Amino acid sequence: MPKWFSPAAILCGAMFALSPFVIASAAYESTMGLVQKIFYYHMPSAWVFLIGAVVCGIASVRYLATGDPRHDRTALAAGELVVVFGLLTLVTGPLWARKAWGTFWIWDARTTSSLVSWMIACAYLILRRYGGPGSEKLAAALALFGMANVPFIYISVNYWRTIHPATTVVPRLPFTMGFPLWFCVVTFVLLFIILLKLRVRVEEQRARLDALYLALDERS
Amino acid sequence: MMRVAWLILRKDLTVEVRSKEIAYTTLFFAVSCVLVFAFALVREGRPPEDGAAGILWISVMFAGNLALGRTFERERQSETLRALLLAPASRPAVYVGKLLGILALLFGAELLLVPLVALLFQAGLLAHPFWLTSILVTGTIGFAAVGTLFAAMLVRARSRDVLLPVLLYPITVPVIIAGVRGTATLLQPELDAGIARFWLALLVTFDVVFVTLALWTFEAVMTD
Amino acid sequence: MSPAAASTARPGLDFDCVTVDEVSRHFGRRRAVSRVSFVAHGGRIIGLLGPNGAGKSTLLAMLATLLKPSAGVIRYGTLTAADAPPELRGRIGVLGHDLFLYPELTARENLAFFAALYGRRDAGAAADAALAEAGLADRGDDLVSGFSRGMRQRIALERALIHGPRLVLLDEPFTGLDQASTAALVARLKGLRESGAAIVLATHDLDVAEGLLDEAIFLREGRMVESLSRPEDLRSAYHQAMTGGGRS
Repeated sequence: MPKWFSPAAILCGAMFALSPFVIASAAYESTMGLVQKIFYYHMPSAWVFLIGAVVCGIASVRYLATGDPRHDRTALAAGELVVVFGLLTLVTGPLWARKAWGTFWIWDARTTSSLVSWMIACAYLILRRYGGPGSEKLAAALALFGMANVPFIYISVNYWRTIHPATTVVPRLPFTMGFPLWFCVVTFVLLFIILLKLRVRVEEQRARLDALYLALDERS
Repeated sequence: MMRVAWLILRKDLTVEVRSKEIAYTTLFFAVSCVLVFAFALVREGRPPEDGAAGILWISVMFAGNLALGRTFERERQSETLRALLLAPASRPAVYVGKLLGILALLFGAELLLVPLVALLFQAGLLAHPFWLTSILVTGTIGFAAVGTLFAAMLVRARSRDVLLPVLLYPITVPVIIAGVRGTATLLQPELDAGIARFWLALLVTFDVVFVTLALWTFEAVMTD
Repeated sequence: MSPAAASTARPGLDFDCVTVDEVSRHFGRRRAVSRVSFVAHGGRIIGLLGPNGAGKSTLLAMLATLLKPSAGVIRYGTLTAADAPPELRGRIGVLGHDLFLYPELTARENLAFFAALYGRRDAGAAADAALAEAGLADRGDDLVSGFSRGMRQRIALERALIHGPRLVLLDEPFTGLDQASTAALVARLKGLRESGAAIVLATHDLDVAEGLLDEAIFLREGRMVESLSRPEDLRSAYHQAMTGGGRS
């Protein structure tokens, strides 16, 4: 493992441990009260969901272009994290929405686009798992198509419905709400990087093991 | 390149005309689909408002899924898809040839489905033929472009029958939204050309982007 | 004999020999082919012999450019598959296990389609010539689905040769053939050898292979265990190679 890994992991753990306190110190939002605080985990999850999707997409394109298995490993790890953080986003969102808007689910642009993108990520994992040998390249093509699709999904769903709070919420937040948010964002991004590295490493070990088996076969 | 695509298209049409298997089964399935929706949604003889647009597009996509699976299953027997890849023809040409064949089939199905849906659901689908044709054509191209690539790449994969819809439907969500909403606009008493134009523009953009992407990735995805 | 060569005169693509250089291919943990090397010259028939799973089909797939080797290089003349343009595939003819024929088309239509696909301008005439060569000129307008295995094999072989390839790859071509068809196929292959094509043939039919091969390569578990020129008494050589004799 690279030198930065352990310190980063410790830092991330510490930040997570600290986050409830940071969040508690933030001001109460006037209309939604305590429940609004879930936003501090929901938004960073959503951002990491997006970042993960971009990482997976770019790694897939590089894999298709070069055939280098390292990119495939990165794409797989990122794909799994996209599903995990997407699930987190899609669960924390409705929990918040229930209190904020009265219903668990609303068919508006952001939520629906996120759901569809999340399903594409799940399809990616299903393909990798059940597609049989050679499905790495196919999955990479799917990831590429998924990434290219994001603007289309967003625009089409947007023109279809719109209720989600506008993106400008973030800059206008008072500092007491702004700092906890950025704190959690950094925490989540750090978590993403750590998990990505761990997962890629597992795949690297697996590839090394395969190579060793092959070499052993050659020798005998 | 187009010469090869044309050769493949002609071959597919010849095969299809001989056996008519995919044509008949796909058309019959599409009609059954519409009937199932009719039984499910028409209450006391009154169809749901605006239901016609959704039902039309869902039937087209289900039928398209079936047709894609069957077309490539046929190429899988006798491994003829491999034979096509062995030829010195450019791989994108093979893709275009298969795509044109699927499009021919789906357009044929739509010719049957549009009047049928209009009839059963008392929907004025034929009121604006130019708009309807444009939206149907561009939407079908978008669906088929992605579908042909996925079906071709799944030919050698396991679980290919169930994987095709799993992969295809999420990616073609913009097509279904644009297609259904666009068609629904045409069913309104007053046609709002601006909205229809928006959806049509979205579909055209989708087609251009995804056909290009498919042409780029076809070679990489079909070779080991 | 090779009209295809006349239509695309690219010097690099008219190769005389195909060199397989330390080629390996693995699928995950499974090694299918391991460090195989040989040279296939024009005008010679090379046999790949070995039990099922020995790697014969994988090796043929790599020679056909359908699979990329995991290690090692295959050179067609001086070019590798990666450097060569798509026209290289027009110099290779493949008769696979699955025959590559459309059952819903007639014999003539199958041949004409592939002739046109491979760039022959006189597709119809080529199809007729191929039908005659296969001895099926009178069955040209019958659907392939109605043919026996032997007849389909003959059409499939002509389909593989219709563009005048310089490298001919055959995967288990004698499977399911009767005496007469086998003899016809052997004669056809000998004729091909005369015309200067390089032929690589995978089979486990040792009796037929015996009179036919100029060189025999024995494969076991992906490795080349023995390679013989002008092989005689293939049965005992095979037995010896498979039960531990030869280099590994």
